[in-house]
Amino acid sequence: MSEILLDVQHLTHVFRLDKHAVIKAVDDVSFQMKKGEILGLVGESGSGKSTVARCIMNVYKPTGGKILYRDIDIGDKAQLRKHRKMLESLRQIIFQDSTSSLNQRMTVADIIAEPMSIHRMRPARGSLRAEAEFQLSYVGMDASYLDKYPTELSGGQRQRVAIARALSMEPELLVADEPIASLDVSIQAQIINLLRHCNREHGCSILFIAHDLSMVEYLCDRVGVMYRGRLVEIAPTAELYANPRHPYTKALLSAIPIPDPIAERSRKRIDFDEVSFDRDGVLTRIAADHFVLMQEEV
Amino acid sequence: MEELLKIEKLSVGIHSPMGKVQAVRDVSFALHPGELLAIVGESGCGKSMLCKTIMKLLPKSAKIEGGRIIANGVDITDYSDKDMRKLRGKLFSMIFQDPMTALNPTVPIGKQIAEAILIHEPKLPKEEVYHRVIGLMELVGIPQPHQRYKLYPYNFSGGMRQRSIMAIALAAKPKILIADEPTTALDVTIQAQILDLLKEIRTKLGTATILVSHDLGVVARCADRVAIMYAGKIVEIGTAEEVYYDPRHPYTWGLMQSLPALNRGAKELKTIPGMPPTLIDPTVGDAFACRNEYALEIDYHEQPPMFKITDTHYAATWLLDPRAPKVVPPIGGRGHV
Ligand SMILES: Nc1ncnc2c1ncn2[C@@H]1O[C@H](COP(=O)(O)OP(=O)(O)OP(=O)(O)O)[C@@H](O)[C@H]1O
Ligand SMILES: Nc1ncnc2c1ncn2[C@@H]1O[C@H](COP(=O)(O)OP(=O)(O)OP(=O)(O)O)[C@@H](O)[C@H]1O
Ligand SMILES: [Mg+2]
Ligand SMILES: [Mg+2]
Repeated sequence: MSEILLDVQHLTHVFRLDKHAVIKAVDDVSFQMKKGEILGLVGESGSGKSTVARCIMNVYKPTGGKILYRDIDIGDKAQLRKHRKMLESLRQIIFQDSTSSLNQRMTVADIIAEPMSIHRMRPARGSLRAEAEFQLSYVGMDASYLDKYPTELSGGQRQRVAIARALSMEPELLVADEPIASLDVSIQAQIINLLRHCNREHGCSILFIAHDLSMVEYLCDRVGVMYRGRLVEIAPTAELYANPRHPYTKALLSAIPIPDPIAERSRKRIDFDEVSFDRDGVLTRIAADHFVLMQEEV
Repeated sequence: MEELLKIEKLSVGIHSPMGKVQAVRDVSFALHPGELLAIVGESGCGKSMLCKTIMKLLPKSAKIEGGRIIANGVDITDYSDKDMRKLRGKLFSMIFQDPMTALNPTVPIGKQIAEAILIHEPKLPKEEVYHRVIGLMELVGIPQPHQRYKLYPYNFSGGMRQRSIMAIALAAKPKILIADEPTTALDVTIQAQILDLLKEIRTKLGTATILVSHDLGVVARCADRVAIMYAGKIVEIGTAEEVYYDPRHPYTWGLMQSLPALNRGAKELKTIPGMPPTLIDPTVGDAFACRNEYALEIDYHEQPPMFKITDTHYAATWLLDPRAPKVVPPIGGRGHV
C-alpha cells in the first residue's frame, strides 16, 4: 500500500499577465500520494489547487519543480512522449468547470464514450453506447439522457456526465476538481459512495479538491491545505481536523457551515490575518505525517 | 408588509425532441422586502428554470404554461424581452449558476462591471465609473482591484469569477436578487463573507433575495424561509427553524439524512434510493412515490395537496392527511445534525 504513485516536488507555476505583472499561482509545493490513497486538497479560492491539478495532468507546463508519476518524470519531453498513451488512460480529471469542459456539440452518449473509443478500449458491455448507459446509471441518470446535448441538462446533470466520462476509463489516478459542489446532497452522497467504491474495489487513487470540508473529512485519508499558492499544512484527516496548527487552517475549519440554523447563525469564526502570513516558511514535520509551514528554526 | 414578488401557480414546459419537459409545476410563493428565501432541491428539479422564468430569461423552447409573476405590484407574466430589459439590473438581478458562461470571456472583468453600471447610468463620467468599479470589486473581496481591472475571466480562479459576477449583479442596487448557487465555487471563509455580504445588502438596501443552494449549512446561515423542491414542485416550505427542526416531507428527511454530519464513521453515506423522474411524462400521483419508503397507496394515483402545518409551514405529502397512519419522522428536533 505504501508504494508512491505521485511525487510532486517543489512545484511552482507562474502566470504572466503582462510585461509587469505575474501571478505566482503555485509556489514551491511538495507532496506525495500513495497508491490507493484519497488525498484531499482544500484551501482558499484562488490558492492554486486547480493549477496543481492541471500541472499533474500535463495541462500546464510547470514553471519549476518536478512531478513524478510512477517514477516517470512527466515534465520531461522524451519520457512524456514515450509514455503519453499510457498516462492519458491511467490519469483522468474531472474539471472544476464541467460545463465549459464538455463538448457542446456532442451528445451525452458520445461524450462519455469518447475516451474509451480514443483508447480503443473494448467495451465490456458490448457496445460503447451500452457502456455509456451503464456509466450514466452509476451517477444516477437513466438512458433517456443519452441523446441529449449539454445545454439541455441542468448544472448537476452536466457535472455527472463529466464524472461518468472520467470513471469510464477506470483510472489509476483520478483528479477530481470540485466534483460534487453543484449536486444536491443526496446525489453528492451517491457520488462519494461511488468514489469510495472505485477506491476500495479498483484501487483508484483520488486527488479530491473541494470546498466542502465535511465531505473531505468523510472521504479523505489525508488532507492538504493551500493558501496563496503555498501548501501550508498536510496531515492525516482526523489529525488535521482535531489538531489544526497553521492559523489559516484554523480559520478555514472554523468556517465550516453547520446545517442547523440556530447553531449556524451564532457560530463564531476565527479570522485569519493575511498580513501575518509568512510565505517563506518551510514545511516542517511536527508529528508523524503532520507537516506545517513554519519559519525555519535557526 | 407588501410583498415584492409573488409567484402564483407557475408552470413552465420545455419542448424537446423527446417530449415536453415539465420543469416547473404549479409553484407558488411570496417574497417580502429584505427577506431571504432559500430554494433547496434535487439536481435537475427545476430550480434554475424557476429563476430564469422569473427573470424572463427562458430558452426559446421553454414556455410559461400557467400562473402569474407579480413583481412590485405589477403583473409581468406576459412582459416581452424589451419590457424586461428595463427591469433587469434595477428591479431584478440574477447571479447565475455557471460563472464561466455568465461572464463574457473576451471582455476584461473591470469593463464588464463598468458596463453593468453604465446600462443604468449612461451619463456617468469615466473616472466616476472606474471609481465605482473598484469600489464594487473591493466590496466583493477581489484583492488588487486596480491590477485585476484589465484581466480576463480565464485569468481568474473559480472563486474570483464568482465574486466578479456578484459585483456585476449588485452594480445597479437591485430590489430583488436571484442568486443561483452563488457560493458553491468559494472556500468556506470567503463563502461566509459573501453570505454576510448578502445579509448586509439585505439590511442596507432592503433587497429581497432568492438563494438557490445545495449546501444545507449555507442555507441554515442565511435563510429566513426555506423551500424544498422536487420534480418541478415545491414539496415543503417554511421558516428555516420549521424545515430544519420539524421537517415533514419524506424527501426533506432523505436530504437531511444524506449529510456527512449524520453519517460519521459510516461505511457509506445514506442516499435516497432510485432515480429522480425525467419530468417528461406527466406523473400520475406523487412524483416522489416510487422512491419514498413512507409512500401510501394513494401516493401512486393522486398528487398530494399542500397541507398546512402552521401559518408559515406547508408540505405536500399524504402523510399529513388526518386519515394517514402516524409516522415517526426519522430525524428532527434541535441538534440532530
Ligand atoms: N490561465 C490563467 N492566467 C492567469 N492567471 C491564472 C490563470 N489560471 C489561474 N490563474 C490565477 O492563478 C491563481 C490560482 O488559480 P487556481 O484556479 O489554481 O485556484 P484554485 O485554488 O483552484 O481556486 P478556486 O478554489 O477558486 O477554484 C489565481 O490567482 C488565478 O487568478
Ligand atoms: N434547454 C433544455 N431542453 C430540454 N430540457 C432542459 C433544458 N434545460 C433544462 N432542461 C431540463 O429541465 C430540468 C430542470 O433544469 P434546471 O436547470 O432548472 O435544474 P436545477 O434544479 O437548476 O438543477 P441543478 O441543481 O442541477 O442546477 C432538468 O431536468 C433539465 O434536464
Ligand atoms: Mg479551482
Ligand atoms: Mg441549476
